[in-house]
Amino acid sequence: MKNLLFLFTLISVATNLHSQTIEVCPDCQYTSIKEAIKSSSPHDAIIIKNGVYREGNITIDKPLSIIGKDYPVIDGESKYEIFTIKSDSVTLRGLKLLNVGVSYTKDLAAINIINSDYVNIKDNILENSFFGVYYQKSSYGLIEGNVMQGNAVKEISSGNAIHLWHCDNMQIIDNQVRNHRDGIYLEFVDSSRIVNNVSEGNLRYGLHFMFSNWDDYISNTLRDNGAGVAVMFSRFIRMEDNLFEKNWGTTSYGLLLKEIYDAEIINNEFYKNTIGIYGESATRIKISNNEFHQNGWALKILGSCMDNEVVSNNFIGNTFDVTTNSSRNYNIYNGNYWDEYTGYDLDKDGYGDVPYRPVSLFSHVITKSESSIILLRSLFVDLLNYAEKVTPVFTPESLKDELPKMKPIQ
Amino acid sequence: MKRILKYSFFDMIRSRWSIFYFLFFLITASSLLYMSNDSSRALASLMNIVIILCPLIGTLFGVMYYYNSRDFIELLLAQPIKRRDIFLGEYFGLAFSIVISFIAGITIPFIFYGFGGADTLVNFLTIVVAGSILTMAFLAISFLVAMKNSNKIKGFGLAIIIWLFMAIIYDGLFLMSLFIFEDYPLETFSLAMTVINPIDLCRTLVMLQLDISALLGYTGAVFNKFFGTSQGIIISLFFALLWVAGPVWTISWQCKAKDF
Repeated sequence: MKNLLFLFTLISVATNLHSQTIEVCPDCQYTSIKEAIKSSSPHDAIIIKNGVYREGNITIDKPLSIIGKDYPVIDGESKYEIFTIKSDSVTLRGLKLLNVGVSYTKDLAAINIINSDYVNIKDNILENSFFGVYYQKSSYGLIEGNVMQGNAVKEISSGNAIHLWHCDNMQIIDNQVRNHRDGIYLEFVDSSRIVNNVSEGNLRYGLHFMFSNWDDYISNTLRDNGAGVAVMFSRFIRMEDNLFEKNWGTTSYGLLLKEIYDAEIINNEFYKNTIGIYGESATRIKISNNEFHQNGWALKILGSCMDNEVVSNNFIGNTFDVTTNSSRNYNIYNGNYWDEYTGYDLDKDGYGDVPYRPVSLFSHVITKSESSIILLRSLFVDLLNYAEKVTPVFTPESLKDELPKMKPIQ
Repeated sequence: MKRILKYSFFDMIRSRWSIFYFLFFLITASSLLYMSNDSSRALASLMNIVIILCPLIGTLFGVMYYYNSRDFIELLLAQPIKRRDIFLGEYFGLAFSIVISFIAGITIPFIFYGFGGADTLVNFLTIVVAGSILTMAFLAISFLVAMKNSNKIKGFGLAIIIWLFMAIIYDGLFLMSLFIFEDYPLETFSLAMTVINPIDLCRTLVMLQLDISALLGYTGAVFNKFFGTSQGIIISLFFALLWVAGPVWTISWQCKAKDF
């Protein structure tokens, strides 16, 4: 990927050795970005110096590098979409984009990329934007090091910070997105990487995947979002080293999986979410080496989930470890550490000698009658759970960890 | 009444039992704080202990104390003192000393450790109030039971059955009725069921305080709404105090007819 980009830059530099640099500032030859773009030739660099520019919608229709010096302010005056990019190989860097217009019929964005490949959006600051960066039918884009601060109040009148639609081979790296509807939204996006981003305080999802395949998201922090992270109708997604934190509320999830196949969820940390992972029709997913700490439900795996493996995770201080609404189980639980495990390890191999059943009777009861959760932490419920633990009758017989770890997995 | 209250209070506070009770809470609270190193988590664990132990200890102490001081009561009855004053004096002396042991036991560790924020302080106060009310209520109930039964075995048995009913069987019936009437809207019903039983009421109040409310979903929202209004707080406090005032009033009324 990187090599390819490099090669491409090399070729583009080689074929355009005569590229010019045009400066824009309040007392330069060009005082307006639009004029500068008009009189530039492909592969020129336009350097925008410090100042405030109010020019409505700016369309870029040739390959250009637009570079801001000391973060020049480009203001959409709460009416316009700021940049519309309709050409390949455009770079936007070091700009401060403010006040995108809000529309209920058009998805106005601070930067809207239409049918253009190799567009790089780097190190920009976006404030008060409806949609932040919006790629449509574009490939090989790079979104790196941007800070996007929205002011979303209601879901219907707000947009997504990073919105990708029908794209592939995209990279989203080191961005910080806050207070939008969705932090990062991907729909029909394949073979892309989402690395090291921070998405917090968004109204709906911190990260939202729809119909996207072969994507990796790694080392992201997803905190305090309305409903957490959702991965839906997708295949071959790899989720690694992410932190899902404090997605706390009556309809919140750390991670929502719906109609998703063949994913890997490895080395993530789920801390203080209402539901750590919620799975509905999730199939062939490998959940391993994750930390589940102080969640309401660590795992809520519905009966429609099959052939998933829950292996070598730590479950510590969760109100409920695992809940399911079915009396059958088609998933594998093996070698996890459960803090509520009370068994023994006579042969000292580090694994308990009796299996652990993570579904307590009470968590099973709640799925049948939701209002009974009001009896949580009552002595009666503790007795009930204990009795069920000794002789399981209601909870799924085969849902058990045959090799529960005695000590937390490092 | 004041003098009898004083005697019974000092009698009780000097006794092994209240010192044991005090030490129990002191050690539990400080070890919870020491082990979890986080006052809000320690509070959550402490809540479980308070909800289970305060009613149980109240029940046992009430019966025990009454049977122990029977001779003293009979002696007092020979004096020109109102019957009501004797019995209520005995009860309040007992109740204050136990409540003070409880409050001192859980407050001292938190004072040394620090509350760590206004939220935790509110949660802590909720637990203190809940524990005190539960103790007072179950002391009064068991005191009344012991007064009505001169047979000690019967008295103990009945008091424990009442505790068993309130702490465990009630919730079982509650859960069963939730299942049987599944098809009906049950929010008001479960709210009423919760408010009526002091143990459930205290448990729910503390639970809502301790930020588990997000787990409770729709039911939790209904409860939060109820307990969030001043009307809800007044109603629940009224019912909680009714469990203290009711038995106490019955004691003062029944003692007149008490035959020795």
